[in-house]
Amino acid sequence: MAMLEIRNLHVKIENREILKGLNLKVNAGEVHSIMGPNGSGKSTLAQVLARRESYLVTEGEVLLDGKDLLAMKPEDAACEGVFMAFQYPIEIAGISNAYFLRAALNAVRKYHGRKEMDAMDFLPFYKGKMKLLEVDESFMTRSVNEGFSGGEKKRNEILQMALLEPKLAILDETDSGLDIDALRIVANGVNAMRSPDRATIVITHYQRLLDYIVPDFVHVLVDGRIVKSGGKELALTLEEQGYVGVETEARALAVAV
Amino acid sequence: MEGRTVSTTIQQLPSYLEAFLQLQKQSPVHRQESWFRAVRESAFTSFCQLGFPTIHDEDWRFTSVVPIAQATFHLPEYDSDGVTEDDISAYRLEGLAAQLVFVNGQYVPRLSRLPVEHKGLRVSSLAEAMLKDRETVEPYLSRYADYSKEAFTALNTAFFKDGAFVFLPRSLALQEPIYLLHLNTGSATPRMAHPRNLIVAGENSQATILEDYVSLGAGVSFSNVVTEIVAGEQAVLHHYRIEREGTDVFHVSTLCIQQERSATVNSHSVLTGGALVRSNIQPVLAGEGGNCLINGLFISNGRQHLDNYMKVEHRSAHCGSHQFYNGILDGESRGVFHGRILVCEGAQQTDSKQINRNLLLSDTVQMDTKPQLEIFADDVKCTHSATIGQIDEEALFYLRTRGLNEAAAKGLLLFAFASECLERMNLGLIRNYMAKIIMRALPQAKQSEVL
Ligand SMILES: Nc1ncnc2c1ncn2[C@@H]1O[C@H](COP(=O)(O)OP(=O)(O)O)[C@@H](O)[C@H]1O
Ligand SMILES: [Mg+2]
Repeated sequence: MAMLEIRNLHVKIENREILKGLNLKVNAGEVHSIMGPNGSGKSTLAQVLARRESYLVTEGEVLLDGKDLLAMKPEDAACEGVFMAFQYPIEIAGISNAYFLRAALNAVRKYHGRKEMDAMDFLPFYKGKMKLLEVDESFMTRSVNEGFSGGEKKRNEILQMALLEPKLAILDETDSGLDIDALRIVANGVNAMRSPDRATIVITHYQRLLDYIVPDFVHVLVDGRIVKSGGKELALTLEEQGYVGVETEARALAVAV
Repeated sequence: MEGRTVSTTIQQLPSYLEAFLQLQKQSPVHRQESWFRAVRESAFTSFCQLGFPTIHDEDWRFTSVVPIAQATFHLPEYDSDGVTEDDISAYRLEGLAAQLVFVNGQYVPRLSRLPVEHKGLRVSSLAEAMLKDRETVEPYLSRYADYSKEAFTALNTAFFKDGAFVFLPRSLALQEPIYLLHLNTGSATPRMAHPRNLIVAGENSQATILEDYVSLGAGVSFSNVVTEIVAGEQAVLHHYRIEREGTDVFHVSTLCIQQERSATVNSHSVLTGGALVRSNIQPVLAGEGGNCLINGLFISNGRQHLDNYMKVEHRSAHCGSHQFYNGILDGESRGVFHGRILVCEGAQQTDSKQINRNLLLSDTVQMDTKPQLEIFADDVKCTHSATIGQIDEEALFYLRTRGLNEAAAKGLLLFAFASECLERMNLGLIRNYMAKIIMRALPQAKQSEVL
């Protein structure tokens, strides 16, 4: 059984159809990359998987290890191991990263009937992850993303992921706003999590991130559908030729359907 | 009454008169403090003339005190015996300089803890100080809270039996806080109490004082508090106030602050309890270079009505005043923020800032916010802003995608909002205590497991 199975997913936002019959299968241990032009629905897919309830699913199903993901609330999906790194992380004043993350970690642990972590155990764990992502320890006491630069926000997303240890990570344009050093650090963080029982979906616009996080599969999302899938070399082709070719193909496909 | 709301007459005048005469006969402090009797009588006369304010009075536009005006309240008998150490164990703190405990406006020595001897420091019952220490009390008492214009102050001045007296001698910097705990035991018949506190901080002295109003039992009652603070030259005073009485309590409090040259007073006020609450905070920046912070938080629910009124008088040049108020309103509650700033002629270089932020959690709440600047000097900087908003849905979703359930995520966001008020308090014992009280008062506190 695939870890994630998306079948014929149709999603509407404010009465406009954005995803128009999307299919995708992700097995444990795999890294999939989703590429595609702006506005094709990549973030919509990520948000639906993270269970943004205001996005209306009109057709199709999504199974996470056989469970109906679409029936889950955002917190249940998170506890079941789904983590989405936001394309635009939210700033929350007045809540420190450390407080928030310990609360989140304990919510997940509690869900699985595991003992909660007290501050004494949490801090060394948190600091270890900060080191991995080469993040300054002042992150701990700063408010969640408040006043963070674009790059700091993205790093903080990956730091959260490293702490929560999800089984399915969805990275939505985590590379945007990162310089090459930061990109390498973030990629290291993601690669450190790769394991046979975890899967990652990397949404990106550019091939560069995929030099560091090497995908097993690359999919091209155009106008709400996956129009082409292939191996990592597909990313290179896209980088060279742009999306024009696949867009034309997609239109032909849409007419044929 | 025929649809008319205008009524400056006091419907229950006979019962107030009776209570006043009874006090003059029976209360030890009313009988013996002959030097204050004329003030009492004049205050009572003033109360009769003023009557209770109405919503036609600009300062009371958003708050009708009809429920207070219509009810008959009795003065409590002296009956603190019922309150035991166990009842107040939750209000004990380690590391205090002193804790005075009052039950229904009356001092209870049995439950109080006085400070260790300190040259010139006085922390005692006000009634006791009035009887034994007239020279120290008389120059200050009732000199700042104006009973000729404010009915509730007049009522308090006529009726108060007791309260706290704190006197800090010149240059004493008291490290540990002084905790004034005012307990309301509730009763079957409506009852009133008029606690009166007097805090005098001598030149260059420093202290932290907490006034806490708590209910131990249910029953309709009326608490009418007046606190006078006199901050001498260069004194630094941190004053904290919590109103967390039951939701059947009418509570009016008036905090009059007199600031001499270069004095700093930080007033922190947290309202979570009471049915109809009016908090008046009235600093007068009398000397040059004074600074005043009025920091507040109110959390209302059900049918509560919480009115935060402040009147800052800049009477001298080079003074600063900052008002920061956060409100969290739920249920069918009503909140008011009314910030008056008066910059008198000659108060040049005044720097005043006012920010009121409100979070509305239901669509049946009402929030009135009114900045009121009256400026009679030309070289001043006064700014104000007010916002009213809801919980940020994006932030809520973000927190939930990390595993927090909706109640916990909401609780966290509310606490973050409330923390803006906490962060303006000095780090330490009282701030930690306040944080716990605020957490418990938040609407999500019960469902949320994180907090
Ligand atoms: N909250 C929203 N409200 C209305 N339209 C939206 C919203 N989010 C996305 N869209 C629309 O959905 C389409 C797909 O957007 P998105 O999923 O963000 O694309 P991508 O991530 O591939 O750039 C776009 O046309 C965008 O305008
Ligand atoms: Mg996007």
